[in-house]
Amino acid sequence: MNIHTFLAPPAETARRTGPHDRIVLSSRVRLARNLRDFSFPGWAKKAERLTVVDLIRPAVEQLPELAGCFSESMDKLSALDKQILVERHLISREHAARGAGSALALNREETLCVMINEEDHLRMQALRPGLQLRHAWEAVDAVDSQLEQKLNYAFSLELGYLTACPTNLGTGIRVSAMLHLPGLVLADQINAIVQSVSKLGLAVRGLYGEGSEALGNIFQVSNQRTLGETEPAIVERLEKVLTQIIEHEDNARTNLLEQRPKILFNQIGRAYGILTNAHIITSKEAINMLSFMRLGADLGMFPATARALTDELFILTQPAHLQRLHTGKLSADERDLVRADMIRERLKTMERPTPPPPPAPSPAAD
Amino acid sequence: MKCCVCKEREATVHLTQIAGDKIQKLDLCEECARSKGVNDPTGFSLADLLLGLGASQEMEQAAAATKGGELKCPRCGFTQADYKKAGRLGCPDCYQTFAEGLKSLLKTMHKGPRHIGKAPEQLRRHLDFKRHLAQLQRQLAQAIETEDFEQAAVLRDEIKHLTAKPAPASAPRK
Ligand SMILES: [Zn+2]
Ligand SMILES: [Zn+2]
Repeated sequence: MNIHTFLAPPAETARRTGPHDRIVLSSRVRLARNLRDFSFPGWAKKAERLTVVDLIRPAVEQLPELAGCFSESMDKLSALDKQILVERHLISREHAARGAGSALALNREETLCVMINEEDHLRMQALRPGLQLRHAWEAVDAVDSQLEQKLNYAFSLELGYLTACPTNLGTGIRVSAMLHLPGLVLADQINAIVQSVSKLGLAVRGLYGEGSEALGNIFQVSNQRTLGETEPAIVERLEKVLTQIIEHEDNARTNLLEQRPKILFNQIGRAYGILTNAHIITSKEAINMLSFMRLGADLGMFPATARALTDELFILTQPAHLQRLHTGKLSADERDLVRADMIRERLKTMERPTPPPPPAPSPAAD
Repeated sequence: MKCCVCKEREATVHLTQIAGDKIQKLDLCEECARSKGVNDPTGFSLADLLLGLGASQEMEQAAAATKGGELKCPRCGFTQADYKKAGRLGCPDCYQTFAEGLKSLLKTMHKGPRHIGKAPEQLRRHLDFKRHLAQLQRQLAQAIETEDFEQAAVLRDEIKHLTAKPAPASAPRK
């Protein structure tokens, strides 16, 4: 099976909707599990890793949730295939670097993805568009409950599920959401939010870019602690915090519109100008500009179709996705050209942003 | 500044992360940053890496404090030095081998030292059974102490009935 024909086209994934998807791009819950009788993948010899794959892969493929799934050994995938999967946020870069002795299973809907012999024997994740942490937890919990009947998990009464790294010990759960927070960034409130969320034992980091730099105003919030707390408690805590972040982002956008509309329109107008006119654009600049265009769409400054289009371009302008559309190997410089060409072409019929009419003065002013 | 993972190449990626009330700093070379999946949404290995590196120091201190000799997992042959290099353990049994060194680390890293979340169902049934039995035995002891012999007889019957049935699952290896 070919991963390119299996994966939904970006135009389709960009149209997937969920609660609060203006701000929450996606929800993800991941469980780490290991088999009792084998060394962890990082320490196991290749023969042992192959044995583990042979044990786990059939069990995973038989799950009703994974009927018709894409299941492949990592050595059967090309470097480009793997990079595409990384750009779709389906597998980790660490997993993409693996070959024989590691495998991957992805369901038809791209809502369940199982990595075999990544850092742990099993890393299963459920994905949902928008804010749907509980649904994602229930989905991955169900998969885990079925697998535990077929596989001998490494589990200790005291420490819970035993994982290769002590940071995942206990529940082995990582609950996370990807957030688009341009309002908080423009309002200079993002650092305060990051600080206060960090104090709650949660991690915030930029999705793209390095270090503290967050490209495209996209952030990822996740739990850090996995031991000494139940899974539903972790999910609930994260959900509460996310609800608050959503509120802050909404407020930041409203305040910007009311108090500093020119700053907002300037950013969005410039983003439109660059995207529709550039002939050379790096991935970094494209992500940053697309972020402001998405914000413009949220604020009604572009037609309703603009958001799905920007989300599609977020995916399509990534290096491997660009490379896929071209036969010859593209250098980084060449990619910047074809990226700009593609964006100009896709935005050809997109009208200039129009600032929303100022809010009518309400009779009951507060 | 040298990369804190390979300790060979020059560090060009400098990361600061706040986890809980701790600020962690990490300096990596391009290569290690990439291989560790820094800023990778599906990997999260940065936090793991940071905490893993902290763990190796804790384990060293613990080993030095106890006997000074280097610990080695009898099942998989994994040593503390390996942990220092990889930030990952070798096999499930390593948690027993390195229990001492991990103890304080787990405490700072996590919310509590004991797992209270999901457990495999077989084991869960076994645990419920054990918990129920212990509760009855406590009640029985209390009944005897207060010389409530009628109640004690009822409880004794109940315990006999419960233990006559085969336990739902044998205790799994810990
Ligand atoms: Zn390095
Ligand atoms: Zn071991």
